[in-house]
Amino acid sequence: MEEIVLETQNLTVYYNGRPAIEGISLRIPRRRITAIIGPSGCGKSTLLRCFNRMNDLIPSARVTGRVLFEGVDLYGPDVDVVEVRRRIGMVFQKPNPFPKSIYENVAFGPRIQGIRDRRRLDEIVERCLRAAALWDEVKDKLHQNALTLSGGQQQRLCIARALATEPEVLLMDEPASALDPIATMKIEDLMRELAREYTIVIVTHNMQQAARVSDYTAFMLAGEDRVGRLIEFGPTQQIFTRPRDRRTEDYITGRFG
Amino acid sequence: MQARVMLERDLSAIRQDVLRLGGMVEQAIDRCIEALKRLDVEMAREIIAFDEEINRMRYQIEEACLETIATQQPMASDLRAIIAAMFCATNLERMGDHAKSIAKLTIEMADEPLLKPLIDIPRMAQIAKEMLRQVLEAYVEHDPEKARAAVARDDEVDALDEQVYRELITYMMQDPRTIFRATRLLWISHNLERIADRVTNIAERVIFMVTGELQELN
Repeated sequence: MEEIVLETQNLTVYYNGRPAIEGISLRIPRRRITAIIGPSGCGKSTLLRCFNRMNDLIPSARVTGRVLFEGVDLYGPDVDVVEVRRRIGMVFQKPNPFPKSIYENVAFGPRIQGIRDRRRLDEIVERCLRAAALWDEVKDKLHQNALTLSGGQQQRLCIARALATEPEVLLMDEPASALDPIATMKIEDLMRELAREYTIVIVTHNMQQAARVSDYTAFMLAGEDRVGRLIEFGPTQQIFTRPRDRRTEDYITGRFG
Repeated sequence: MQARVMLERDLSAIRQDVLRLGGMVEQAIDRCIEALKRLDVEMAREIIAFDEEINRMRYQIEEACLETIATQQPMASDLRAIIAAMFCATNLERMGDHAKSIAKLTIEMADEPLLKPLIDIPRMAQIAKEMLRQVLEAYVEHDPEKARAAVARDDEVDALDEQVYRELITYMMQDPRTIFRATRLLWISHNLERIADRVTNIAERVIFMVTGELQELN
């Protein structure tokens, strides 16, 4: 039995009063990689953003149902959103390092948390850059501007930055779609490595990527009403070899989408 | 629904080749029994040579499967169809080997008249061939029930194999001079029994292809 970290119960998200995703009940196991796949507009990014309340930033968004993190309702009244986002980090499609040094990018979160001690910051920066498989490439130029790195390095820097606040979960929204194949492979290897300690939820358009890296796969699809629903969830190996639902089969085999 | 033209074309070509290979094996089974009945060495040699073509077809199918996997990234039922095709090709090729073995044994026996009129052995071959045809139909029609029906006749072949064995043992006990020919007929019977067994292997893969379930029949 897998231990569940995140869970949605009958989750519906409305934009401007109209549902974008509806009735999603999904359980995310700890220290596993869960991929959310589906055609454009099926609401997979909307679902991902619910896991750290990024939808709060969209004024017209409204959420019903529940999102439980370690059993606690993320949308409950006493929840500190900043703390939620510290424990559930996010990495985006386009690498978005701050226009600061490599070092300062990683040290940014810990500094905000009040860590001033230089030696401790050094330790955190090294540990996170190592965990993101970037240390060897940047250890001699830590004070160089992060924007001088390649796209793949910038993305790994963003992962290091997300790790610096010691999260339990990493949400990744198409983390490799702006990268070349070699940089993509590095990110995928890194994800497998990170899954030893972290729970990862990844949204990807790249089915092969979902098949390669994830342990579990959720397939979402919007009906003719353009409302996204969860069609099937299961071990990745089962979804990609013998999906139960005809619609999953059609998507996986490339018959539509 | 948007079709995957290139993948569909590849899958259809692979399916056709598996059927063609099946047809070749059917022919090999037919002819090896014919050669045996007539103790026709020339025909037996042709069957042995024909086995090379069967082997080539098997490799052709395997290569086509490999290429489709590498270039089209098939998933789910498409992937299962390709894996099933590879497995069918291997088993069909092995059936061809059994026919070749029967042809070789025929050549060994051709210097003396047949030990006895052949009745059960041609019947075994006939049933095995019908089983093969039925399982190939099941493969094309994606019909697990038909695949199971093909396998159901394996018991008949096993019973005949047993009967041939008892009969030949009796011959050998009565007259040791029959041993050379009797043992060869025994091996021929056993080759036919193995051919029928391989129909079961193919039937299992047809069911896998359609349902995704790997289950042992028999």
